Amino acid sequence: MTTPQVMVLRAPGINCELETYHAYELAGATCELTPLKRLLARPGELDRFSILAFPGGFSYGDDLGAGTVLAHELRRRLGDPLLAFIERGGLILGICNGFQVLARLGLLPRIGGGALRQQVGLAANLSNHYECRWVRLGALASRCAFVDESWDLHLPAAHAEGRLVVAEDVRTQIDDGYRVFSYRDGHGDTTERYPANPNGSPGGTAALTDVTGRVLGMMPHPDRAYLPWHAPDWRRAAADRHPDGMVLFEAMVQLARAEG
Amino acid sequence: MDAWRVEIRVATGQPDPDGTAAAAALAAAGAADLGPIRSVRGYLLGADLPREAVERFAADALADPVLQAWELHAPGDVAPDDAGRVCVVPKPGVTDPVAQSLRKALADAGHADVRTGTYRSYEFAAADAAERVAAAAAQGLANDVIHDVLVNAVPTTLPGAGASPDLAVVVVPVRGRSEAELVALSRDGGLALNAGEMQTVAAHFAELGREPTRLELETIAQTWSEHCKHKTLTGRIRYVEGDAPPRDIDNLLRSTIAHVTATLDRDFCVSVFEDNAGIIAFDDDDCVCIKVETHNHPSAIEPFGGAGTGVGGVIRDVLGTGLGARPIANTDVFCLAPPDTATDALPKGCLHPLRVLRGVVAGVRDYGNPMGIPTVNGAVHFDPDFVGNPLVYVGNVGILPRARAFKKANPGDTILAVGGRTGRDGIHGATFSSLELHTESETVSSGAVQIGDPIAERKVMDAILRMADEDLFSAITDCGAGGFSSAVGEMADGLGADVELADAPLKYGGLAPWEIWVSEAQERMVLAVAPDRLARALEVCDEESVEATSIGTFNDSGRLVIRYAGEQHGDLDLEFLHRGVPRAQRQAVYTAERHTDPELGPEPDLGQALLGVLGDPNVASKEWIIRQYDHEVQAGSAGKPLVGVRNDGPADAAVIAPKLGSRRGLVLGCGLNPRYSKIDPAAMAECALDEAMRNIVAAGGDPDQTAILDNYCWGNTALPDRLGGLVRASLALTDLALVYRTPFVSGKDSLNNEFRDGERTIAIPGCILVTALSVIPDVSRTLTSDFKRAGHRLFLVGITKRELGGSVYWKNRDALGASVPRVDATLGHRVLEGVWRAIQARAVVAAHDLAEGGLGAAAAEMAIGGRLGARLDLAQVPLGEPTPSLGDRPEDVLFSESQSRILLEVPPDRVDDLRENLGDAPVAEIGEVLSEPTLRLEAGGRTLTALPIDDLARAWKAPLDLDGTLEGAR
Repeated sequence: MTTPQVMVLRAPGINCELETYHAYELAGATCELTPLKRLLARPGELDRFSILAFPGGFSYGDDLGAGTVLAHELRRRLGDPLLAFIERGGLILGICNGFQVLARLGLLPRIGGGALRQQVGLAANLSNHYECRWVRLGALASRCAFVDESWDLHLPAAHAEGRLVVAEDVRTQIDDGYRVFSYRDGHGDTTERYPANPNGSPGGTAALTDVTGRVLGMMPHPDRAYLPWHAPDWRRAAADRHPDGMVLFEAMVQLARAEG
Repeated sequence: MDAWRVEIRVATGQPDPDGTAAAAALAAAGAADLGPIRSVRGYLLGADLPREAVERFAADALADPVLQAWELHAPGDVAPDDAGRVCVVPKPGVTDPVAQSLRKALADAGHADVRTGTYRSYEFAAADAAERVAAAAAQGLANDVIHDVLVNAVPTTLPGAGASPDLAVVVVPVRGRSEAELVALSRDGGLALNAGEMQTVAAHFAELGREPTRLELETIAQTWSEHCKHKTLTGRIRYVEGDAPPRDIDNLLRSTIAHVTATLDRDFCVSVFEDNAGIIAFDDDDCVCIKVETHNHPSAIEPFGGAGTGVGGVIRDVLGTGLGARPIANTDVFCLAPPDTATDALPKGCLHPLRVLRGVVAGVRDYGNPMGIPTVNGAVHFDPDFVGNPLVYVGNVGILPRARAFKKANPGDTILAVGGRTGRDGIHGATFSSLELHTESETVSSGAVQIGDPIAERKVMDAILRMADEDLFSAITDCGAGGFSSAVGEMADGLGADVELADAPLKYGGLAPWEIWVSEAQERMVLAVAPDRLARALEVCDEESVEATSIGTFNDSGRLVIRYAGEQHGDLDLEFLHRGVPRAQRQAVYTAERHTDPELGPEPDLGQALLGVLGDPNVASKEWIIRQYDHEVQAGSAGKPLVGVRNDGPADAAVIAPKLGSRRGLVLGCGLNPRYSKIDPAAMAECALDEAMRNIVAAGGDPDQTAILDNYCWGNTALPDRLGGLVRASLALTDLALVYRTPFVSGKDSLNNEFRDGERTIAIPGCILVTALSVIPDVSRTLTSDFKRAGHRLFLVGITKRELGGSVYWKNRDALGASVPRVDATLGHRVLEGVWRAIQARAVVAAHDLAEGGLGAAAAEMAIGGRLGARLDLAQVPLGEPTPSLGDRPEDVLFSESQSRILLEVPPDRVDDLRENLGDAPVAEIGEVLSEPTLRLEAGGRTLTALPIDDLARAWKAPLDLDGTLEGAR
């Protein structure tokens, strides 16, 4: 069986690349950190990989809006290779700013298929400031190829723009399996209320997939919850508890391996 | 120059949080009831772009089609005044990172080298609102140090090209000038050199038979600044304390702080007081380094920019340590006037403490978070005497391979400037920080204020760490205070350098050579690169989109030669530059202040008193601040700043596992209590160290593997009484650090924290921040402060004395008192060692240090964290001299701030292990954890008070819940 190859993208302002890399390696993949400039010069490099990760951070400072400058650059220079990557079975994960980039780029949710067109936006948290806190996520029945509906994940969220707004013209279709995770309250119910929902996202939506189910964008960080001492309550938990973030990385790597 | 103007507004029907925040900020600045406010982001693009290109760019790259709408105004088109509006525009020359990103995105769209600008605008429903709020807007939405505020007008043009610079070599005559003339020259030029120093300079040039150039004088002033040379602490001091005979101290730093390190000679110290940061061993392969800086004066004037660039600066310190360290954690500590300070009580020229607090928190957040460095530990202390001089301490920890711990530039190496471009920002920062603030500082010193660009620094960091991994440079340092003059000057010490300033990339034209040389523009590093590595270094920088430019060569001439376009502007002897500064001779007198303990009646309501202590801002929850910082990035966090079942209890220290997958870790904590300084600076100093160590140990750190840092902030130490307090504090700190076996590995001082308002001078209370960093083998043996399980026993380690001088409890009863806590070094050391052993033996499941608010605050905080109650019997507390009287004064036992005490939660079956491991540290069982959510205080069977946890949490969380969003605070 082949070892899945993961490209972890680096660009100015991306800052979660090392933990994303390490989490995928622990999950059984082989990773490469690829500077954006190199990828833009040689888009064919994507052919060697089965997973592409857009790590969190503040790409280009989010100066023109979260993920805007990087999404603009990618749409102009890498749009077709990215669509081709999904077409041939590649998997994509965008975490936090990575999700914001994918949304702004239009690679997510791509309802109706076709070309890149932005259909959702990640707006400022209702608190209007950055916030770092652990949140509970519950998986929904979705078209995502590697997320199981039974999952409940405890992950840290850390962002200033995570409130998911869906464009008018696709607002009904988004419920057709595009929502992957929702924020949950203490009873396990989807919530729009702060602080269990840290940004006020309508419908509690925390993550989306695309039309193919092979792209996942999520605001909370599995890349900060994959070692035994990451969870805030590890001192109270069973010693052998499997870290929640690892569940996601392993599922992606297993799918890539099974299909490889 | 005319420009296209694109305005972005939130789409119809979408919330506008920026507008809401603006309304709140204006209300805070005194302009309420303005009705809805709509926020606008404005972008200015060079007029030579075709309309279609601007339209396409606005739709593609500026407005989010789902969330926003855009509007285009042609060059010269001024919007109709249908709505009142206020525009906030960066002043010319102020760093504008958004305009930079705009240029980058335009280049991606095929339009290279377009001039750009930005602004923010706020639109009011009432047409006359803008005029009405003009004054409030200048305070609430802008800072006139860096912004212009336009009322009912929009910016329509871009700043033009800078004027052509004056490139002439300027000679400043100093030879034969009188002392008064020299002092005037120093003052008028903002050089911050005193008479003796100016005379030394004059004599030096007299000997050379020529006059200095302006650039040379500036170089000397920067290098000799208090900020860079620590002249007071390394000078000669005659110290008089009370009736004791005078004591001559030759170099206070060497005889106290450095003396501790040298005497202890701990084997984990790798490089101390040598480099940008102190380096200690981490494991067989790596070291960690740590540095804490202050950025007080810039933060007093522009809190956001000052704190942000402070964070940026200390990160560069670590990045430039050894041959490049990877920054892994930030810390921040603020000292401010109380949040409830009345606006009309503010001295002229001072910002309100809440505005300072919001600004510095945003500054740390908006620099640290984008850098991808977790902000994991800190503190906030409030005292009225910080009103004119808020303190902003920023720290950074880095990790680097052992093989990269030392650096040395070689003759022939290229001087490579890496990172941001040089502008007029931050001219005279080093000398500014060495002067006293006054009511006019805001206007006269605005050039010293910098605005940071964290992404520029992130790119520099990425490039430097890649170059370091490829061994591409032989030495590195950051451009901090003094800019190139300090960075190149330091690296050239022992060698020589020839610099060509015309090669330095500039943000805009118009800079004179001396300005390029001393500019403190941010996000710049200087590297020494061997000729055969240069090509590869430039390649890496290009791939990381970082500008790198050779600005000269190191040589072995012993001279620092500075040219502009070949013409020589300076030629300084490096020996004179670095060791020619005359040693300061200072007088220091310490006279114990006469304080007495207050005569207070018995506390009428112990429960209310406890709620009052918890609600004091120095004790209250800092969650509003902490949540805004990313404390998780890099995935090293193994102990959070907020703990417990609802993640809202206080942590004593941060726990980090910096090497992904390895359990080896760091525990990072701090201590300070400047209020004690008002009674006795020695107590303040001891307690800062003891608190830092208690925090480390309570979180599971090893007291015997802990390095410490000192950061002094003091008033004007040219005054003997100020310096007397500092000397007394230093001596006490030294004595305790020797017993605790904790070496100082780095430190810094900020010695002119006085505010002059006419005849009145406000000096800060002398304040030492002690930061502690402990290396531990296994993060899984660390612990948190929250109660874990009902039925567990509570043990108090340490001795409680009647030490309430300077306490929060007495403050709440309007008293300072005299009986300030002191540290019994031997006892303290036993406590730290004993608790560490007990935790390693897994006898303890929760621990919390007793600090401000004493036992009452500590027990309440543990209960809040675990949302479990407790029963405490004050009659069981081990007491010592002077002994509090429990019978009629249980409040003295509950709120005493005696040092060296830690409260422990112990499972019943681990009690024997606890006692065995504590050794001879004094300890007593004082209660137990309850399932009932109530804190019960008893004295020998008599119930004193019982408080529901929700009430404790509310009292503790509400005071600093600045946005009214914290759960359980209302």
